[in-house]
Amino acid sequence: MPHGIPDYNLATVEREVPATEPPAWEVNDKLKVVGKRIKRTDALAKVTGTAVFTADVQLPGMLYGKMFRAGIPHAKIKSIDVSAAQNYPGVFAVHVLEEMIEGANPKSGEKSSRYPDIKYAGQPIAGLAAVSADVAEEAIRLIKVEYEALDFVVDLDEARKPGAPVVFATDVDQEASDGGEDIEQGLKSSGNVRGPSTRSFYGGPRGDLEKGFAEAELIIERTYRTQVQTHCPLETHGVVVDYNQGDVTVFASTQSTKNTRNDFAKAFGLPKSRVRVISEYTGGGFGAKHALGNFGVMAGHLSKISGRPVKLMLDRKEEHISAGNRPNSVQFMKLGAKKDGMLTALKQLSYGTAGVGLGAGVGRIAQAMYDCPNFKTGQYDVFTNAGPGAAFRAPGNVQGAFALEQLIDELAVELDMDPLALREKIDKSMIRKVERERGARRFGWTHKKAGSDKGPVKKGIGVAQAHWPRIVNLDSTVEVRVMRDGAVEVRSAVQDIGTGTKTVLAQVVAEELGLQTEDVTVLIGDTLFPIGPSSGGSIVTGAITPAARNAAYKMKQKLFELAAEKLETDAGNILLEAGTFALKNDAEKKISFKDLLRRMRVEQLTETASRSDDYGGFMVGTIGHGELGSVQFAEVSVDTETGFVQVERMVAAHSCGRPINIGQIESQINGGIIMGIAYALYEDRVIDKSTGHQLNPNIDQYKMPFSFEVPDIQIELIEDYGGRSSTDASGIGEPANIATAPAVANAIYNAIGVRIYDLPITPAKIIAALNNAKNKNDE
Amino acid sequence: MNKFSWYDAASLDAAQKEVNATVSETLQPGTADDAVVYKAAGIDLLDLMKEGLSRPSKLVGIKNLPGLDKLAFDSEAGMMLGANLTLARMAENSAIKENYTALHQAASQTATPHVRNMATLGGNLAQRTRCWYFRAIEHHCFRKGSTTCFAHTGENENHAILGYGYCVSVHASSLATVLTAFDAMVEIRTAQQALKVVPMKDFFVLPTVDRTRETILEAGELIEKILLPAPGKNTLSHYLKTGSRKSQDWPMAEVAVVAELSGKKCRKATIVLGAAAPVPFVSEAAMDAIRDKVINESTATAAAKAAMQNAVPLSQNAYKITVFETLIKRALLELVA
Ligand SMILES: Cc1cc2nc3c(=O)[nH]c(=O)nc-3n(C[C@H](O)[C@H](O)[C@H](O)COP(=O)(O)OP(=O)(O)OC[C@H]3O[C@@H](n4cnc5c(N)ncnc54)[C@H](O)[C@@H]3O)c2cc1C
Repeated sequence: MPHGIPDYNLATVEREVPATEPPAWEVNDKLKVVGKRIKRTDALAKVTGTAVFTADVQLPGMLYGKMFRAGIPHAKIKSIDVSAAQNYPGVFAVHVLEEMIEGANPKSGEKSSRYPDIKYAGQPIAGLAAVSADVAEEAIRLIKVEYEALDFVVDLDEARKPGAPVVFATDVDQEASDGGEDIEQGLKSSGNVRGPSTRSFYGGPRGDLEKGFAEAELIIERTYRTQVQTHCPLETHGVVVDYNQGDVTVFASTQSTKNTRNDFAKAFGLPKSRVRVISEYTGGGFGAKHALGNFGVMAGHLSKISGRPVKLMLDRKEEHISAGNRPNSVQFMKLGAKKDGMLTALKQLSYGTAGVGLGAGVGRIAQAMYDCPNFKTGQYDVFTNAGPGAAFRAPGNVQGAFALEQLIDELAVELDMDPLALREKIDKSMIRKVERERGARRFGWTHKKAGSDKGPVKKGIGVAQAHWPRIVNLDSTVEVRVMRDGAVEVRSAVQDIGTGTKTVLAQVVAEELGLQTEDVTVLIGDTLFPIGPSSGGSIVTGAITPAARNAAYKMKQKLFELAAEKLETDAGNILLEAGTFALKNDAEKKISFKDLLRRMRVEQLTETASRSDDYGGFMVGTIGHGELGSVQFAEVSVDTETGFVQVERMVAAHSCGRPINIGQIESQINGGIIMGIAYALYEDRVIDKSTGHQLNPNIDQYKMPFSFEVPDIQIELIEDYGGRSSTDASGIGEPANIATAPAVANAIYNAIGVRIYDLPITPAKIIAALNNAKNKNDE
Repeated sequence: MNKFSWYDAASLDAAQKEVNATVSETLQPGTADDAVVYKAAGIDLLDLMKEGLSRPSKLVGIKNLPGLDKLAFDSEAGMMLGANLTLARMAENSAIKENYTALHQAASQTATPHVRNMATLGGNLAQRTRCWYFRAIEHHCFRKGSTTCFAHTGENENHAILGYGYCVSVHASSLATVLTAFDAMVEIRTAQQALKVVPMKDFFVLPTVDRTRETILEAGELIEKILLPAPGKNTLSHYLKTGSRKSQDWPMAEVAVVAELSGKKCRKATIVLGAAAPVPFVSEAAMDAIRDKVINESTATAAAKAAMQNAVPLSQNAYKITVFETLIKRALLELVA
């Protein structure tokens, strides 16, 4: 199989391949459909509005659900009175939640009172279903809850102090979501602080820190802070549930039809086979839509009670306060290095809060990215009275990269080295080496002294790198059907959350069957189809496309048999190309794909195949070639008198194994960069410390990027063959997002000569930092 | 949002007969549930209604009132702007651009293109503050009738540095900042159908005077038009706004300067700061400092410093002093650039 990077070290590697799987594809250059810029198969449906998202689903007799949420951040519920709501004209069902299925939970599972304790403002308590959304909204105001208010804490630093109000009185656990930040099970809590977690799938601490720092000729210690970011998908979380006496259909805006089904079956004690989950289109997810959620359970109960389908979509405020977020962090970093730049020791200590949830670690990037013999991390979760965090596009690593990549930049400054040259020295990754080289060339990188521009508006350049492991998921099965009229159909329960999964499935099957993308119909996002992976961890393309190719390959073998019969030869003598079966040594003896299908003895043929283990074994525990690296370069201008920052230009050099669809990959990278810029400069969930309520649960004061904030983005996409599966593809969604914020932060430092350690980098912080620096100089 | 009925008024009289409350009144506790209020484009009103802060029983649409979207310019008489003019129409109007540069600049930088296509001048002047405590149903704040200003000691990065009492909110209207600098007059039709003309700076009400309102408008009163004096012969103007983003943001700080020059010398200037105080803040200190001075880097800087002399920042917004100094200096220098 091809192995390595074209123009650098492309070679051939031998792999043992299961007998049912196809021989290796050549590099993309030699392929017809895969690796090309193919328009999304659903582009027209989306831009013309015919695509049906969960928010658009209308069923006959459907009711509208609405949740009643806690008005204070910490309390015991004394009583709940739903009678007035129950009696409101147009209300068909009212339900009070018995447990919280989001966030962390005590291991014992025992309850201190009849109702779940309130642990954050906006926690769902009850809900109802009514004939219209307006009636539901009016009726929900009639629910009365009596609380016994408790002291609360919403701030990461306050929550760590001895004597702070305690969010969970006993030890708690939580399963990590698909693609979510690791959660080490069984760790103890003291007050609100749980942990530390010191291990990851890369192992535990390595070397001897003390020895490493003793050997160092230079030690840098810095503290970095990152904010809470909320997901803000265009389509909020939501479901339409038709309980139908236990033959359930759930339409869900989800990143996992599989998990939604499993959660629903569990919550209602039903066999999985009686719960069907459909998600034909999902309007974005970013990591927060991996589960059914309290709202999904609520909709289930309301539908069960009313005997009617119930739609329950969160509004934008609910989305901010209760539907997940990227936890914040404070990271204490200590780095030892030799004068030539070689690292001798790296110590990382972090605290973060996922509110009432777990998963506030800062990822494995500090552990995995650089060559450093002595390393130790301790990552603590801190509980606060705020909505539970969730996986968020490269969970942990985005926070971790902000600290690590500024720290490396600071080391370069201390050593008076080009930060790119320093990375060249301490980074063993082959793919990032290529990315640095190609990215730097495209960017026109030349090292520039910090703060050297004249005038109030200063330009600066910065670079940062990312690491993301290649992860796959074996719950990846695809069915390929062909029909007598020539139709080719692909079916899988995997969902497309906007990343283009439908299109890559069509491409892979088309390539294998010698067809064009548009010849293949893709039906996905339905648990009636074979199981698909969750859309998280940048897993999907690497997991599901090999299954699709394997199934198409099996189908092709069947069709070869059939063609051999018709062409009176052996299957081994036949080639399939451009929609035609022909004899290898006599191109005149041929039959078209369509003709062959027309002459099938049966109406339809079906083949199913799954993702197998990686060829050559999974790479867990090792790093280096084959990971999903990236290197991003930023150019910014900073108005030092107003603090205004404009990101002018980004160059992003990325790899994702064998690229399947260039346009879609570029879209992911564009999106990742825009989101990264927003993380660097704008987005920040603000909760009032005295009331515990979020002050900006909207997309006005919670600042998202719009068109003026989008820089000129140039992408260097690098093919990186690893011989790992029948398509050798990997994901790109998360790696696209990791390096952006530190690249921008480094560029801001380079522009103004003062470093900001705290995200987001707002005008207020820039002005304050510059004024501080000026006052120090004046002293 | 609550249930409400809708009345699309065809005449001024009809509209005024219906209305019995100002939107500000509906935000106070214990207001009657039969409030009827004006709605122009509804951008601000619907925000308040969606949050559940305002629950009027009826909206009276005034967008289709005849004649309220007129614009007229006369070099002797000045400019007349109908209250229903959209910001987009003001932004593209050449008489405004030529004679009232700062107004053109403010109208074209406010909000987003789609908001500007809808938003009206009258609604812009009568919109309520963007203070995030004021805007949130969870915070029953001083301005909404309680005794607590949460921002005073809370999250106040966007709040006032000048001219505030207990409430530290800042005024939201960019057009108000500019129109105050132009000494514009507001023509109001009272509920009794009398005409009342007041200078822009008397149109706004400080919370220290009345915390429940931001303008003098009484129930049923309607802004009909805004009148700008004829542009002085050697009068120039400039408007600057800054924020963290270029798209969509309300200003973090904004400055409008209208000055009469002779050569590079400033005969007199009106300097108004937006997002600095609970009402558009006329900086007499800056105006005094620049009067009869040749405008250059050092006099502009001195005027900017003078403007901030009395600023008392809150816990999180000292940065605004630097930013306002920058904008005042730059706006003055732009006049002579
Ligand atoms: C994203 C965004 C960004 C924005 N940025 C800015 C900005 O930078 N600067 C800025 O100034 N504004 C900004 N705005 C505010 C926007 O300009 C105002 O909301 C809009 O102008 C209000 O006009 P309207 O016609 O929608 O008013 P409405 O919402 O219809 O009315 C607002 C209030 O005015 C009253 N009213 C309306 N017309 C009259 C009248 N003729 N007489 C008496 N009372 C009347 C109504 O009763 C109501 O109380 C922004 C808005 C958005 C959504």
